[in-house]
Amino acid sequence: MSSTGLGAFWENLRNLPRNLRESVLRHGRPVSDRGRSLAVFSNLFLHIHATRSNVRSLRFSTTLGLGVASFSLFLILLVTGILLMVYYAPSTSLAYNSIKDIHFVVPTGRLIRNIHRWAAHLMVIAVLLHMCRVFYTSAYKAPREFNWMLGMALFVLTLALSFTGYLLPWDQLAYWAITIGANIAASPRELTDALGITQVFDPGGIQKQLLLGASEVGQDALIRFYLLHVIVLPLALAALAGVHFWRIRKDGGLAKPGVQQTAAGKGASVTAAAAAPEDSPTKSFGLMCVVRDRSPATNQTVEDTVPSWPHLMRAELLIFMITMLLSVVLGLWLDAPLKEMANPAIPENPAKAPWYFLGLQEMVSYSAFMGGLIIPAIVVFGLTLIPYLDREPEDVGSYLSAPGAKRVAAWSLFIGAVGAVTAVAVPVNFGWLRNWFPDIDQLVIIAINPGSLLTAVYAAWSIIVLKRSGSTRMAAIALFSCFVIGFIILTWVGTYFRGPNWDFYWSPAQWPVH
Amino acid sequence: MPGRLEEEALPRRDFLGLAGLWAAAVAVVGSIAGMMRLPMPSVLPEGGHRFRVGRPEELPAGTEQVLPEQKVLLSSTPEGIAAISLVCTHLGCIVARTENGFACPCHGSVFANDGRVIGGPAPSGLKWLEVSQAIDGRLVVNGGRQVESGSYFKV
Ligand code: HEM
Ligand code: FES
Repeated sequence: MSSTGLGAFWENLRNLPRNLRESVLRHGRPVSDRGRSLAVFSNLFLHIHATRSNVRSLRFSTTLGLGVASFSLFLILLVTGILLMVYYAPSTSLAYNSIKDIHFVVPTGRLIRNIHRWAAHLMVIAVLLHMCRVFYTSAYKAPREFNWMLGMALFVLTLALSFTGYLLPWDQLAYWAITIGANIAASPRELTDALGITQVFDPGGIQKQLLLGASEVGQDALIRFYLLHVIVLPLALAALAGVHFWRIRKDGGLAKPGVQQTAAGKGASVTAAAAAPEDSPTKSFGLMCVVRDRSPATNQTVEDTVPSWPHLMRAELLIFMITMLLSVVLGLWLDAPLKEMANPAIPENPAKAPWYFLGLQEMVSYSAFMGGLIIPAIVVFGLTLIPYLDREPEDVGSYLSAPGAKRVAAWSLFIGAVGAVTAVAVPVNFGWLRNWFPDIDQLVIIAINPGSLLTAVYAAWSIIVLKRSGSTRMAAIALFSCFVIGFIILTWVGTYFRGPNWDFYWSPAQWPVH
Repeated sequence: MPGRLEEEALPRRDFLGLAGLWAAAVAVVGSIAGMMRLPMPSVLPEGGHRFRVGRPEELPAGTEQVLPEQKVLLSSTPEGIAAISLVCTHLGCIVARTENGFACPCHGSVFANDGRVIGGPAPSGLKWLEVSQAIDGRLVVNGGRQVESGSYFKV
């Protein structure tokens, strides 16, 4: 140590890199298991993870990496979205041209826009697949029911983000898709009109006006969608995702087979330690030991676990890098579409929503109110309630391992597919009620249409399975599998087989030219 | 089957606390409902829906005219003049005039010449709009006021 101030100064300057590193990291390179635990535990961003992870949870087949992929895509969307906001202007006169500038003039603008677009599509796919993975591994069973519910909220938010983002380019596709969407919000009028009470009770009109701030898609709608898309929904999604992750740990990590969740959670040691916590002179156990609670229910022995650092971190980083790679490659390869500027006088023909809403659009083409609101509401409520209606703890943690589960799933996929194809084929070939009875009451069409019949068939099938097998899990598998295949087929039809005037064509090559 | 959490009887002194909590909850829900008043438009920015169209002489009986900006078809018959809205009653696309009626590009609703639905998902016929005459003799269509189908304006 030098006696002069100047010497100390030089000394500090020389040690600056080391001191800087130490002040940021707080610990050296973790070499022991204890050090690795500390690395996770004492870092704000990492400590959402447990310090040790179960080997089984780390296996790719357990999760297929889909939850982490969903969140990675969300992060990619946040970053690219902020970059797009630099130039985007949410005004009907500027929006379209600002997107055009981003696409054709701004350096790297096209790539960033493409990545934002394709990552959004990938996120919808990832979230849907993640939901399937959780369902088929029975991971929604107690104590994870609430996390499944949070997941449904995240699913709805993901779709809402896509829907609100779709309007922003203000091109023909955007304008007409949102016009249709907003009128679906107004479709309870179909019912209130048929009952003749719209004058006094108009929930459809209220919803539409709240959404659009006007009776047509215009400046007010654009600013509202922008606000929802860039602030409200991302914040809500980020907050709920935080709770979702936190619950995974509090519910005892990922679902594992052979572990019966007990009511008391961690159990005996907790009760023993809780006997005299308050007046203990020395703090000899962590906070978790004195909280009498059913969480965290770890139910695992140290032998099945490895330190989360580096094993879990490495797995997460790998998934993140793969999603990133996929988004960038798609962004370089395919351009996000941009049609002509919105023209309120001429609808795009066919006016198609983004692909994941085309199954909905297919059902809307039978009845707006039934297909656009009631059936989606039934589906979302039904999915949300699954963990509360099926509480059998048997096959938790592995894919369809209960006896007979695979057979029920296969049959349900088959029946669901036949039902969905029939629901499309009949109206395409023979028309529907109004073509046969021109003066038929609208209430009859709302109640009886291919969409509502399909839903009823799915429900009936799952009740049959319930009766035959006596198992709520089998009934849930039947219903969920029907939903999955119905969604896929209707989406497929809407995407590839519908052309101008929503007519059925085997291929776009047969579309009439105009 | 018992739940995971034990049920406990409500101690009397907790009652007031609970009542307070409920009051707070009601206040929060109430103010959220009140906050929705702000985004709820009380004046629609489109303003009036009335617009002037041509003079009756320009539209002799047996002719018709499509006004794409206003999304209206003016149709002149010996019985008088009618304005039929071209906004599809299904989900708001603009219908196209066809040889014997109207067809919607979005989900294939089909309407007859007088606007009746004859196919597709539209729940009701195309709207007939009120037609009147201004002092200067020009016709005025009120896009905000629907009239009975088949009610013509007699010049
Ligand atoms: C933005 C959307 C979502 C994100 C970012 C997300 C993220 C995650 C992550 C990272 C995990 C850890 C395990 C894994 O990677 O699979 C997880 C688990 C879980 N998720 Fe999601 N999730 C989302 C949506 C959903 C949906 C739609 C559902 C179902 C309705 C759901 C239900 C669950 C459940 C129950 C678990 C616990 C699974 C187990 O214990 O094995 N999540 N989620
Ligand atoms: S908007 Fe006309 S048929 Fe759907």
